[in-house]
Amino acid sequence: MPNMDPKKCPMPVQEPGVRNKNFKEVALGYTYEMAVNEAKRCLNCPKKPCVSGCPVNIDIPAFIAKVAEGDMEGAYAVLSASSALPAVCGRVCPQETQCEGKCVRGIKAESVGIGRLERFVADWHREHSAEKAAKPAPNGHKVAVIGSGPSGLTAAGDLAKLGYQVTIYEALHTPGGVLVYGIPEFRLPKDIVRHEIDGLKELGVDVETNVVIGKTITIDELFDMGNEAVFIGSGAGLPRFMGIPGESLKGVYSANEFLTRINLMKAYKDGAKTPIQHAKNVAVVGGGNVAMDAARSAKRLGAENVYIVYRRGMEELPARKEEVEHAVEEGIIFKTLNNPVEVLGDENGNVCGMRCIEMELGEPDESGRRRPIEKAGSEFVLDVDCMIMSIGTSPNPLIRSTTPGLETNKHGCIITNGDDGLTTRNAVYAGGDAVTGAATVILAMGAGKNAAKAIDEYIKSKNA
Amino acid sequence: MYKILEKTPLNPTVTKMVVEAPLVAKKAEPGQFIIFRATEDGERIPLTIADYDRAAGTVTIIFQIVGAGTMELNALDAGDSIVDFVGPLGTPSRLEGIKKVAVVGGGVGCAIAYPTAKKLHELGAEVHSVIGFRNQDLVILEKEFEAVSDKVVKMSDDGSWGEKGLVTNALESLIQDGNCYDEVIAIGPVIMMKFVCELTKKYNIKTTVSMNPIMIDGTGMCGGCRLTLNEDGKKVTKFACVDGPDFDGHKVDFDEAMKRGAMYRDFEAHAREATCELLKKEVK
Repeated sequence: MPNMDPKKCPMPVQEPGVRNKNFKEVALGYTYEMAVNEAKRCLNCPKKPCVSGCPVNIDIPAFIAKVAEGDMEGAYAVLSASSALPAVCGRVCPQETQCEGKCVRGIKAESVGIGRLERFVADWHREHSAEKAAKPAPNGHKVAVIGSGPSGLTAAGDLAKLGYQVTIYEALHTPGGVLVYGIPEFRLPKDIVRHEIDGLKELGVDVETNVVIGKTITIDELFDMGNEAVFIGSGAGLPRFMGIPGESLKGVYSANEFLTRINLMKAYKDGAKTPIQHAKNVAVVGGGNVAMDAARSAKRLGAENVYIVYRRGMEELPARKEEVEHAVEEGIIFKTLNNPVEVLGDENGNVCGMRCIEMELGEPDESGRRRPIEKAGSEFVLDVDCMIMSIGTSPNPLIRSTTPGLETNKHGCIITNGDDGLTTRNAVYAGGDAVTGAATVILAMGAGKNAAKAIDEYIKSKNA
Repeated sequence: MYKILEKTPLNPTVTKMVVEAPLVAKKAEPGQFIIFRATEDGERIPLTIADYDRAAGTVTIIFQIVGAGTMELNALDAGDSIVDFVGPLGTPSRLEGIKKVAVVGGGVGCAIAYPTAKKLHELGAEVHSVIGFRNQDLVILEKEFEAVSDKVVKMSDDGSWGEKGLVTNALESLIQDGNCYDEVIAIGPVIMMKFVCELTKKYNIKTTVSMNPIMIDGTGMCGGCRLTLNEDGKKVTKFACVDGPDFDGHKVDFDEAMKRGAMYRDFEAHAREATCELLKKEVK
């Protein structure tokens, strides 16, 4: 009998007043009993709309059925057949607009907690299974993957499972890309990322850190080294600024810099070698997931007041609803319908305030969202000593500027021929933010998965 | 891991290291930099490449012991390994076509000015080097500059070495003596580069400076190394790690760069003390 409870089992979390002072994970995960009960809410409907909502097409009802039976390893086998990073996706995917958004249970009540179940199964496997992945038989072909973020890890994992000898090249000293430098520990513990990467190494994937493709080695040289195809998953690196006066004052960070100092360099820990400003009043400009991460991190560093300054309204915030709710619970103050016009500095060049203007929403623009318009004469000064710009990034120019024949669009995004990720260069594929501009972990994983399939077909046909 | 093959103290606070890094050595050009982490939990620190040997697969770095990270690096000896060493980063200096040049180096900046002077000499340019130090004890690379320069002017703040005075005094004398330079290349403390640029602006001589701001990744991701250029009255933001580190000195907002460079001064002083104590304990 299915469990007909209209509500999904709530996720146990650290109390807001406690968690906003530590960097430990906010969501604590289901217990075994919670997972089995929640799994029983799945109706196992024949059309499986949830699967079509998943960018990597996990057979969702099949893994949930295994959880309902208490066969967690069986459930993990279903997940890992489609996803290289289930413990990551269970935590950071926007399920409400993907699998759970299509769930039949969601029509009349709450959808099945697919993401929470995915996380439970991946965590169960990590904690209970000592079994190492079997190394596939090598097929004698080499492929290079640039970047060890979600798209690169997925492409590498899928290709390694097919027997390819895969080398991942990472520019930083630690692999994981945005999972390591961008997403904070309290949303995605770094031990989990490390574990997923160790799993890839067990499959035979070689990870070379401290190599900047385009500088240390070019794409042409990767082919000279015997690679038959290259996948570019270099992400969207370059932070955007607004171009308003005062953005170079001390205390103005890009969200990338602020989060990299905290996450990659562990600046939040006592005795860390990398410094970070412990500000009293912080304004984060922007309304996406990265803005929420930056704001919640600033609060955890001890800021008294942390503001999200966003030019549209609460309804228009691009961040996941859950992230916004967590931020509100933790005491982040939302100054929506406001936009900064100038950062103010003291005589030493430190931020001492931010001049803002109030906004109102007009007619919808080409993005379909209502266009924000400045309210004349509504300027005011927000008392802050730190400002974090979180208004997006654009792809890194290092690869496109050193790879002849690799074409990019006017935003600097690599042009591909569609789903399989083939670029304008033969045997060079790309996916993730390097192609789409800043997007989500799971979309990047989907792109890595599709490219791996296309690379396999290309190499097989070439050698047939 | 990147093995240290040689370690030579150049003066009490400046050390030269030759590091095994074949991939970096293969691509390195004057003006480019590397980022190192001396130890597993160390800070990422950028250093301009002082020399390289493609055949031997080695890169030479010269660094001043200023903070915790460089102190950790200096605690390593030949035979030890540096945990991380990535590069070459940044855009190489554009030196082709220069016929007569003044290379101005200040303090440990001479370590970066030297490979530039050397390359210009190899390209056939007439090289006048103006090098300055606070005092005689801090002098580095004197012989090396002499070997690649048509003229070397030596300056010290206290007159204990060469002439007493600033590099800007020496440069102005050279210009007034009738030397027509195609370009002046100034590498040293930001304040020195600022005053060299004020001088050369007066004489309308193109001037290139090498900026060394605070940065983390060195690939254009963090934006911490941004600086402002004044281009035709418009303020333009540039990232030193990918757009530089060389810039047209007449456009750089040096005052802003100096302020940004001091952002973590208190933290750094504290970290240096802590590391110093830790290293002392290890020695005991």
